Amino acid sequence: MFCQECQKRPATVHLTQIANNVKTELHLCSECARNHQELALSMNFEPSFSIHKFLAGLLDGSPFPVETAASPQCPRCGLNFARFGEIGRFGCSECYRTFNDRLDPLIRRVQGNTQHTGKIPRRAGGKLTVEREIDQLKAQLQQAVKDEAYERAAELRDKIRALENKLQ
Amino acid sequence: MSIKNALSNPYTKWMEGEGPHASIVISSRVRLARNLNGYSFPHLQDEASAREVMKLAGKALLSKEVEQDAGKIDFVSLEDLSPLDKMILVEKHLISPQLAEDAGAERGLALSEDEAVSVMVNEEDHLRLQVLFPALQLKEAWKLASRVDDLLESKLDYAFDEKYGYLTCCPTNVGTGLRASVMMHLPAIAMTSQVNKFFMSLSKLGFVVRGLYGEGSQAKGGLFQISNQITLGLSEEEIIGNLTSVSCQIIEQEQLARDEMRKDGLAQLEDLVFRSYGILTNAYIISSEEAAEHLSNVRLGLHMGLLRDVEFKKLNELLVEIRPAFLQKLAGKEIDAFNRDFKRAELIRKTLS
Repeated sequence: MFCQECQKRPATVHLTQIANNVKTELHLCSECARNHQELALSMNFEPSFSIHKFLAGLLDGSPFPVETAASPQCPRCGLNFARFGEIGRFGCSECYRTFNDRLDPLIRRVQGNTQHTGKIPRRAGGKLTVEREIDQLKAQLQQAVKDEAYERAAELRDKIRALENKLQ
Repeated sequence: MSIKNALSNPYTKWMEGEGPHASIVISSRVRLARNLNGYSFPHLQDEASAREVMKLAGKALLSKEVEQDAGKIDFVSLEDLSPLDKMILVEKHLISPQLAEDAGAERGLALSEDEAVSVMVNEEDHLRLQVLFPALQLKEAWKLASRVDDLLESKLDYAFDEKYGYLTCCPTNVGTGLRASVMMHLPAIAMTSQVNKFFMSLSKLGFVVRGLYGEGSQAKGGLFQISNQITLGLSEEEIIGNLTSVSCQIIEQEQLARDEMRKDGLAQLEDLVFRSYGILTNAYIISSEEAAEHLSNVRLGLHMGLLRDVEFKKLNELLVEIRPAFLQKLAGKEIDAFNRDFKRAELIRKTLS
């Protein structure tokens, strides 16, 4: 049998590899086998350049240095900003709100922009508008209570309730 | 039913070989990244919440409304597929290598009957919706993707922020969550000395170019994938429009380069095409790299009218059929690299003659 690789020298090394239940057999001469070993060895190295590590690198130069001690932590998934800096990935959608004031420089570097101008989902988008309206009404309500304008406060309360029911 | 079919039949929607610029543009792809509110992203997920996301997604994906737009949907857990099956889905570009490799349970795939629409569940994001069409049809692909997206959104609580748009696991996808790409056959551009400069200028315009097999001028088989880099600050229509117009310019350049080849070196061109055709129709042992290279030349010859008795559709099918997983599926058993080379040559001979 000749070497599968060079087809010139006789095959003296027989390799059987099983990965993901797929068996591969290699019949090589000693010379080609040596090359293969080098290949197998080099495959053990983690590629030093992944998109996430690259992103993490971008954070280092941000005007908000990553400090572990006071690093804000996401209340939902527990990811803190320092860890986000390491892995370059968010833990959940809430992370965006948690890290909000630190994100703009990074997002700008990655995307060249920080404001979404594309599609708005019908439901989540509509809900967003209602939520914003509720926030505004609540502020007005507080002011009305402070001013002891109870009639107006009751009106506002009913409006808020109606909107909250709409969200359900 | 449709996934079972997808695994045994190499043919899939994007191989049709018909549509605008089908001889140069093989396929158009639109991918949307979406996440659900209130659940950790897959890389931080515990099993229970991963299972819940699967359940919610499955229910939404199998709804009547989605079926009306996308056709009948089949939804499976990746756990129920063998490693070979997963490799086949990767080779058909229906799932990402990442989803196939991920050993974790609770990963899912929804696939429409014509295989144009696929949704990966719990990959990097909770949902990765993909529409894959033949030829240059980015607009059409986006329209369908957006419709299916709307239907899913009516049943699922998407993570969306007024400022940052659709929230994704990786900041490179945030905003529209849209990655559009075209797979193009550019052998004439690849042969010119300008190829690296050409791709460099595309990257300056915000597009990413990758060789399908190999990088840059080393790319084998003349196949390149071009996609948008920026996902935030542009509307979906702008992203799709930009990529479509840049694709048209690339097609024009490729066409010019081909005309030049015909004018300056018809004999060399004919030699290249028929030599490759000769090898493919006569070889008994062929590696996938060698096959990719010769198939590229045959495709070029077909487009330039030098060859006639071949169909683009067949060439597209071969792109997938000659890959390792599919050859094993055809053989009905595991076969080693040497026997794959043998089987590959046999398959190509049969298909082309």
